[in-house]
Amino acid sequence: MDKRTSSPLTAFHLNGRIVEAAPLPGERLSHTLRERLGAREVKVGCNAGDCGACTVLVDGVPVCACLMPAQQAAGREVDTLTGLLETPEGQRLMRSFQDHQAAQCGICTPGMVVSAVALLRETPAPTEAQAQDALGGVLCRCTGYRKIVAAVVGAAAPRMGEGKVGDTIRRLDGPAKVEGRERFGDDIADPDTLVIRVIRSPHPHAAFSFGDLAALERRPGIAAILTAADVPGLNAFGVIPAFVDQPVFAESVARHRGEAVAAVVGTPEAMATFDPADFPVTWEPREAVLSVEEALAKGAPLLHETRKSNVMTSGFVARGDAAAALSRADVVAEGRFRSGFVEHAYIEPEAGFARLVGERLEVHACTQAPVMDQEGLAQILGWPKERIRIVPTAVGGGFGSKLDLSVQPFLALAALKTGRPVRITYSRTESMQSTTKRHPSDLTVRIGATKDGRLCGMDFRGDFNTGAYASWGPTVANRVPVHASGPYRIADYRAAARGIHTHNPSSGAFRGFGVPQSAIAQESLFDDLAEALGMDPLDFRALNALRDGEPTVCGQVFEQGVGIAACFDALRPAWEKARADCAAFNAASATVKRGAGIAGGWYGCGNTSLPNPSTIKAGITPDARLVLHQGAMDIGQGANTVIAQIFAEALGLPLAQVSLVGPDTDVTPDAGKTSASRQTFVTGAAAKLAGEALRREILKLCNAPETAAIALDGDGLHVTHEVQRHDIALDRMTPDAEGYVLRAEETYDPPTKPLDANGQGHPYAQFGYAAHLAVVEVDLTLGTVKPLRFTAAHDVGRAINPLLVEGQVEGGIAQGLGMALMEEYLPGRTENLHDYLIPTIGDVPPIDTLIVEVPDAHGPFGAKGLGEHALIPTAPALLNAIRNATGVRIREVPATPSRVKAALEAAGGAT
Amino acid sequence: MSYLAPETLEQALSALADPGPMRLVAGGTDVFPALGDRPLRGGLIDLTRVAEMKGIAARDGGWRIGGAVTWREILKTDLPPCFDGLKAAAREVGSVQIQAAGTLAGNLCNASPAADGIPALLALDAEVELASRDGTRRLPLADFVTGVRQTALRPGEILSALHIPVQPEGARSSFLKLGSRRYLVISIVMVSAVLWCRDGRIAGARIAVGAASPVARRLPALEAALTGLAPEALGAVTTPDHLAPLQPIGDVRGSADYRRAAVAELCDRALRKALHG
Repeated sequence: MDKRTSSPLTAFHLNGRIVEAAPLPGERLSHTLRERLGAREVKVGCNAGDCGACTVLVDGVPVCACLMPAQQAAGREVDTLTGLLETPEGQRLMRSFQDHQAAQCGICTPGMVVSAVALLRETPAPTEAQAQDALGGVLCRCTGYRKIVAAVVGAAAPRMGEGKVGDTIRRLDGPAKVEGRERFGDDIADPDTLVIRVIRSPHPHAAFSFGDLAALERRPGIAAILTAADVPGLNAFGVIPAFVDQPVFAESVARHRGEAVAAVVGTPEAMATFDPADFPVTWEPREAVLSVEEALAKGAPLLHETRKSNVMTSGFVARGDAAAALSRADVVAEGRFRSGFVEHAYIEPEAGFARLVGERLEVHACTQAPVMDQEGLAQILGWPKERIRIVPTAVGGGFGSKLDLSVQPFLALAALKTGRPVRITYSRTESMQSTTKRHPSDLTVRIGATKDGRLCGMDFRGDFNTGAYASWGPTVANRVPVHASGPYRIADYRAAARGIHTHNPSSGAFRGFGVPQSAIAQESLFDDLAEALGMDPLDFRALNALRDGEPTVCGQVFEQGVGIAACFDALRPAWEKARADCAAFNAASATVKRGAGIAGGWYGCGNTSLPNPSTIKAGITPDARLVLHQGAMDIGQGANTVIAQIFAEALGLPLAQVSLVGPDTDVTPDAGKTSASRQTFVTGAAAKLAGEALRREILKLCNAPETAAIALDGDGLHVTHEVQRHDIALDRMTPDAEGYVLRAEETYDPPTKPLDANGQGHPYAQFGYAAHLAVVEVDLTLGTVKPLRFTAAHDVGRAINPLLVEGQVEGGIAQGLGMALMEEYLPGRTENLHDYLIPTIGDVPPIDTLIVEVPDAHGPFGAKGLGEHALIPTAPALLNAIRNATGVRIREVPATPSRVKAALEAAGGAT
Repeated sequence: MSYLAPETLEQALSALADPGPMRLVAGGTDVFPALGDRPLRGGLIDLTRVAEMKGIAARDGGWRIGGAVTWREILKTDLPPCFDGLKAAAREVGSVQIQAAGTLAGNLCNASPAADGIPALLALDAEVELASRDGTRRLPLADFVTGVRQTALRPGEILSALHIPVQPEGARSSFLKLGSRRYLVISIVMVSAVLWCRDGRIAGARIAVGAASPVARRLPALEAALTGLAPEALGAVTTPDHLAPLQPIGDVRGSADYRRAAVAELCDRALRKALHG
């Protein structure tokens, strides 16, 4: 007879222990492991085998737990990261992953390490290629993979310091990440928590009406149905006060595919068998405008009645007379450049948990901006914000999209309506359909130069497809004109950018806020100008590089800290060698050509001409614990480590003595959002002030001079200067309400000035600068582009932790590479990680990071922001390298093989 | 709803005949992505424990590959050079995780135009063994896959094995896949070639192309044109006429024109690779 699973129990060995579970037919092993057996170290990123985060060993072989029917594990050995930690391979990888900072956000780390254990068991000393083959099935969006490869092949560890500013040290939050103990958005809730499932529009534009919701609500296990009618406050959210336009639930009309119209809340058992297709809703599709052209056409349906012609907003910067300068220029380069939607594709889909605690609501979810979440929810609930506590979970990648509310309103409304704890996790497709994207761009740009190689006039017009709702679209429209010149001296300049609504998911914040798109146009045209002038592309850029004392296109003059020329200088040896190597290679190769390309970039750190404060609090307890309330969301970039290093240095105590308390709106002050490359700069400056203030408090107790040394041990504080020593017995001091006997709380807000109607003013207190060199190989017959290596020079002012700088640079380059060569989000078409391609471990070549330190007077210890800078020059450097290899200019990204081949044929350069 | 794990083919076939919608599953690499986040309706019959569907066996000069054999097993099995193309295809299926779970038979039954396994198996002249309670029939692979996501599998049938016939002496093979990234990538196009030489000339060839038509296709005109050519000087042999059986479409991965041009180049490269490694 059939071996029917007469008993629904499935028994197998999990990490060497016999376990039994009763999975439903069709249940994935990943679900059984996480929800029935508590193995939350198994991460789920896609539920489709596309990301590998859920990799476990079954009988020693790596498989995706999300693709294995749970019952198939019966009688077999299943090992997760937790079970492999104590193995020799696991131990080695724990060490090397931390030494190389191979985990950033940590969500892919369990899949990476499990895959690597399997490799090391077969091949104890793998080559780079073997490591890539073994880990090719696990996607990482943060690191750019190079550190992971280094960790797996067992490369020599970088030299570690003790934690002073400028020291490379392991991440302070590293152990939890590499051991799989980090708790992300989906890792908080108990397995029996009510589950929320959102009902979304399958159409880009459709009216809808509901059927019998009450009947559904009466079904066993269904706790509540939520619709717009359940929103007690304002059924709208947004990140910019003047543009709060996105409903929690659409009211009668949906404006993009994937927009939420309702939600179902039920027990895990009921929701496991609930099919959203059964939800009683009737759709009436309406005419949709999907492109900027369609949205601007006469008679096009309006997304928002008050926004004429679907123009959301515009940004403008003008200085001098661009038209006159262009007409007197000796050479003018011009072109139209286009890019599509780009998806953030962090490996952690949005997820969270919420519960009512007395009269208050507590939300645990992944976020980049806890206080903005709190304010947004307060508006939606019609509550004072003090009634809402945001406790951020670990964040499995953000890159801008987790600045906006996503799951939080559903959690809040469901907790409120049911009175019970609730959880939600977006599916990969849901995450891609409903959260923000990088703006598609359509840019028309003219740039002039005179015979002596100096820039002479630039005119920039850009339309950005901002989707259905504003999100950070206004920021993009404002930032782009300020940055579109690049870090160069252009006296006569005019730049206008518009955000245009369409029936697409909202475009919002994504690493660079529109600047990566504008940099493609500007840096590509610079190569045209250099060629027309017969100049070396690097010489041309260096000649025109902005310097101290020279006005930006906004008329802002930095008397110090302008580091772009230093970046170009740093790249020069690699550039000259790359050009020569490529020429030599090409002389001997007919159908495969190599090329080297260069591009510069800059990015203003912090909000554009808006207040931007961060507050840092620290205290010392009677039992001599030094506590730092570090509110800057660490989304993988390393704020927990960097901010602590800055604080410890300013205070004058060893970093090892600092205990971190993370972001939590009840106990940690607002350090602002993790966005705009502002945390190292702004929160870092606040941490420095807080460290100095705490130091002053300590010194004041014994009237010691500023030069005194401080020490902390179990007996208390000890202050010494020259031969004098003061002992401060902390346990005799009276603690305050928070338990601190000494404390400091300091705020830093970077000095900016508003922009006038022509965009003249002081938008940022500092810029960071970067220049990238890309070397590529192009197969002329197939149009394939293979990046061979990058050299990246970054002026970070002062590298607080140099290895973290490398991590940001490598991760940014990987994202820039993806944008340049393979990534395009098409609603309804590339809504999963199978069809939407991000770089794998085999796609990112070696990267040399050259750290340039031109200190900034405002930055803590001279430091500048870095997050977005790492991505901005990458795509244009690649496109310029393709041009150098082939003579062909690509003006639309991604430069897929098909597009490159078409361009080669159009140029007659194909073989 | 039930989950059945039969251990014999007879048990599996009888489970399939039970009333109620039952879906076959082996590696799950297509079943679960297709399911998405919807609940499974009906039950699952897990084929991975069916004895007759396990293993790779040499038989009558050819080979029988069980319907539950994974890509990883292909890679771990010592096979003659005519299987090099199939092994190269195995390495290009998703990732090591997918190769460890996914089966060749599942790849055929899923019948994606971009199925990595089909061109190499077409080039090996594979047949499928279809078992039902009425008996077992065999079909050439080319007749089994009938359209996009369509096969000749009848209700109540299970693809129980693949048969690779005896290959000409000295047959060598290759497989090339073109995609936009290194791993985990859906083909833009792919080509597999099996060929053999006699007396210093190409004596015969089978070439199959995937992702350039609804169903992967052999290129008989190109195969014919190769016969008698000297392998040393094999240059650009593929002409547009040879590609007549293909109907490439334009999509997010590439235009139709691009696919046509890329296939011609890939055919030439696959032939050279089969000949010269």
